[in-house]
Amino acid sequence: MKPKVLEGYLQQVDSFKKPKILLEQYPTSPHIAACMLYTIQSTFDDIQGKLVADLGCGCGVLSIGAAMLNAGLCVGFDIDNDALDIFRSNAEEFEIPNVDLVQCDLCSLEEDAYAKKFDTVIMNPPFGTKHNQGIDMQFLSAASTMAKTVYSLHKSSTREHIQKKARDLEMKMEVIAELRYDLPASYKFHKKKTVDIQVDFIRFSKA
Amino acid sequence: MKLLTHNMLTSHVKGVVNGYPLLIKATEVKVNEVDFNPQFVSRMIPKLEWSALVQAADDLGQREDLPGEPVPEYENNEEFLKKVHRVLLEVEVIEGFLQCPESGREFPISRGIPNMLLNDDEV
Repeated sequence: MKPKVLEGYLQQVDSFKKPKILLEQYPTSPHIAACMLYTIQSTFDDIQGKLVADLGCGCGVLSIGAAMLNAGLCVGFDIDNDALDIFRSNAEEFEIPNVDLVQCDLCSLEEDAYAKKFDTVIMNPPFGTKHNQGIDMQFLSAASTMAKTVYSLHKSSTREHIQKKARDLEMKMEVIAELRYDLPASYKFHKKKTVDIQVDFIRFSKA
Repeated sequence: MKLLTHNMLTSHVKGVVNGYPLLIKATEVKVNEVDFNPQFVSRMIPKLEWSALVQAADDLGQREDLPGEPVPEYENNEEFLKKVHRVLLEVEVIEGFLQCPESGREFPISRGIPNMLLNDDEV
């Protein structure tokens, strides 16, 4: 499936109705999701026929995209009931049978909770702003136990910090691309109409 | 909740030594059609706790003739792989709950989504 076509489908995926600031809920744009997923599959062959985990799946844009690219199964994990409900509706509406959803707290997972169960983790984790300092690292830790290959988005400004964490987790880190994450004002405290955040699209891998 | 996912879930309630496998008490189960990918199914088999899968399928009345152990040379046995595919990916628990085998703690399943969140005093 060409990226433009995938992007077209993902544009129709419903997003958060009332995003929760404490959970740092922002939708992954259809464009970024399509670019990520297309690269993961066409360059690295890490989606088709694979068992994929989407950590912090929210309303399921990445999971649904992975399913459309023929993941064997994509399991979405999120703490928020409301987001998962929207994800469930999206999957039903698009008739996507190869996804599953689990409600849990990725920041308080036992280390062996889903250890080595997945082929690939794909995620757009909360960046760790405001009240959630360090949450991006917790997501990365969890991801590193679940699969040998992890794809993630992180603020470019935190690149060095992430490199150190990757070393601690004994994972090789490769910045595949630098993307501009265009966030439209979604919360009342947002003063600007949109904001461009420079993000790294990173591939982490273990031997 | 599909049985492939169920196969990974464990209870981590404080003090529980062995919270696996979770018992399934289902009030609504569906069987959906999912595209069959024999290579995917074949690769999943060694990662599974087979007895937990059989038990779960049995509890749901969906075991049919799934054997107690994977058949030898299953990689090329399409008939066997189709049975596994059905149980792993097509059977779905929509409503019910999962139960920790040790503590009895219940984890609700609603609209196909198991809620594994623990309360503060259980962590």
